Amino acid sequence: MSGSGLVDRHIAFLEALRGAGLAVSLAEDLDAVAALSALPWDRREDVRTAYAATLVKKQAQRPTFDAVFDVYYPRMVGEGAAAAAERSDAAHGEATGVRDNAEALQAFREELLEALAADDQERLLGLAAEMVGRFGAMPGRGPGLSSWSAYTALQRVSPAELTSQLVAGLLADGRTEEEAERTAGRRIGRFTGQVEADARRRIAEEKGAEHVANVALRPSIDRLDFTAARRADVEEMRRQIYPLARRLATRLTQEHHARRRGPLDFRRTVRASMSTGGVPLTTHHRPKRPHRTELVVLCDVSGSVASFAQFTLLLVFALRDQFQKVRAFTFIDHVHEVTHHFRPGADVADVMADLAASTSHAALWGRTNYGRAFTKFTEEHADALGPKSSLLVLGDARSNYSDLHVDALREMAHGIRNAWWLNPESRRHWDTGDSAAGTYGEVVPMVECRNLTQLGDFVHDIL
Amino acid sequence: MTTWFSSPDEAAARLHDGGYLADPATATTTYLAGALEKPLLVEGPAGVGKTELAKAVARAADAELVRLQCYEGLDEARALYEWNYKKQLLRIQAAQDGDSSWADTHDEIFAEEFLLTRPLLTAIRRPGATVLLIDEVDKTDVEVEGLLLEVLSDFQVTIPELGTIEATRRPFVVLTSNASRELSEALKRRCLYLHLDYPDAERELEIVASQVPDLDRRVAGQLVATVGRLRELELKKAPSIAESVDWARTLLALEIRDLDDKAIDDTLGVVLKHVSDQDRAVRELRLRR
Repeated sequence: MSGSGLVDRHIAFLEALRGAGLAVSLAEDLDAVAALSALPWDRREDVRTAYAATLVKKQAQRPTFDAVFDVYYPRMVGEGAAAAAERSDAAHGEATGVRDNAEALQAFREELLEALAADDQERLLGLAAEMVGRFGAMPGRGPGLSSWSAYTALQRVSPAELTSQLVAGLLADGRTEEEAERTAGRRIGRFTGQVEADARRRIAEEKGAEHVANVALRPSIDRLDFTAARRADVEEMRRQIYPLARRLATRLTQEHHARRRGPLDFRRTVRASMSTGGVPLTTHHRPKRPHRTELVVLCDVSGSVASFAQFTLLLVFALRDQFQKVRAFTFIDHVHEVTHHFRPGADVADVMADLAASTSHAALWGRTNYGRAFTKFTEEHADALGPKSSLLVLGDARSNYSDLHVDALREMAHGIRNAWWLNPESRRHWDTGDSAAGTYGEVVPMVECRNLTQLGDFVHDIL
Repeated sequence: MTTWFSSPDEAAARLHDGGYLADPATATTTYLAGALEKPLLVEGPAGVGKTELAKAVARAADAELVRLQCYEGLDEARALYEWNYKKQLLRIQAAQDGDSSWADTHDEIFAEEFLLTRPLLTAIRRPGATVLLIDEVDKTDVEVEGLLLEVLSDFQVTIPELGTIEATRRPFVVLTSNASRELSEALKRRCLYLHLDYPDAERELEIVASQVPDLDRRVAGQLVATVGRLRELELKKAPSIAESVDWARTLLALEIRDLDDKAIDDTLGVVLKHVSDQDRAVRELRLRR
């Protein structure tokens, strides 16, 4: 392998994976080399599988791995062999003229719609490459300065506008309306992903793979910021909630079992030692009384942090049997109780829809006002907080420069077991602009919670 | 030392003969696990054929399957080996009646005869081809993982009284996990990783057709399409391959020749096992008009 540059590429690829957050050990590196040596090299997918089997040990990291792999071991170079052949054909025939004009755009969109309707993956990959090549080129002044933009290409072709036609086609196949919309959305989302991947591939060709791996790759879903999530990501995250809750519950049960032995029961131990002549061979322990918390969740559901609040609520309610009682309130500038939406065994999507619908109850004027929300809470729901309860506030502490009413929060946090504040913003944005993170953080300890991993860790720690 | 499979394609073909339809990634990874002699960790939702893969490898390679079912509280004595205390006690009592010395007895009671081998040791000591299936490894406690490390990396077991026993022939190890708990890095590092997911419609149709050959091809097509539609819904538990096959058997038993909305509604309980999932499916697929 040495001398051909393969080792260099292999090492660079591994470095990029480590940079993207995958923990690749030296042992796994050697395994990957052994696996590659055991395979014929004639299929790209085999190489991908070999790398995946030896290096990726968590399914959540697989999308990141695939993106890095596509950059370092691209599917094709430039326009690819097929397009090159086509171009030479065209050169033989009449002049090709401008490859990018309104007519070409229209023709391309029709072709795209056809491929999307048939869900033909091979063809869609080809179209994605063609789309970036034709509509996403950003000519530069000199060699090495030109670049490619998935954004430009997507703006020009705007596949999202094809949704309605795609839905109509799917409806004709006998799908129901919601189904058709979901399927269409998913296909277009996937195609968008393919276009972005192709742009990355082309940029990697010109500027080097390292450049792309450093700037253009998105973190894996459990490390993705709630505030940076797109619609497709939000759906994916929602699917992760129940498995996450299940993992947490299993881990907690196991840890509780490990700590099941309570303090020493002295009398029983001494009594039992009589049979062994007064030597306490076995100790007896009092059973441990598990204490369960009453949790009160108060969450900001204004636009910017709504999805974060929903995830946390879902996770808390999925783990409800770990708590004695859970009550949830939402607010924007007014407080509204939403506990009743979380029926046992309720459907996730329904709960989300109900929550979204009830958002209007949480707002009077629609501008986030933490001070007013806290005052209202102490006036109307003071009974929710007792000496056994814990308070969890979710929000970015951005209160539109209104009166903060720190005293109301202090009153709420007084005389209860615990209080935390989860902030979905990165710590370095706290106290910038209208953020009152510092002021509130003095009353209630504030924790940064930007992604699913941090959320899982936090919930595990408080239980 | 014999090889398990000679190439990914051959692995796919032989698994197919063994009644398991593997996609290219599964076949390649299975081949690699055999070629590199490394354990294969298979993860994925319940009912996608993780355990079945191990059985298929055993069938394809004509090997014996040794299975270790994991559960909470599994310990060394159940996984590795145990001394047969009762038999040892009998031997000691018998020695007291006779006149053999304690030194002889002591040596004798820690001999092969009194050793009860459990799955891990059995798999390592077998001279023939062996597939070792460690099922649902995520159900065990963390300590058992530590126990597995020696077995999986060096294929040897150390018994203080007998010394270290090394594998005469390395078994093909398959570990399955439902990912209900994160496995330790040390264990994962020693394994190849394969994530099995729900198959695409084409492959699922083949699987259903091969498992339930009597079912009409058209109905099987309808069934697979419906299962695909169900998986696109946001359900608590999406129907697995095992459930599609069960559904196919149900349709066959009920002699349903056309899977229309009413038939789906009547038999939905076979594939969806949460009330809220069934409600959602009925509503979203508009089964009751």
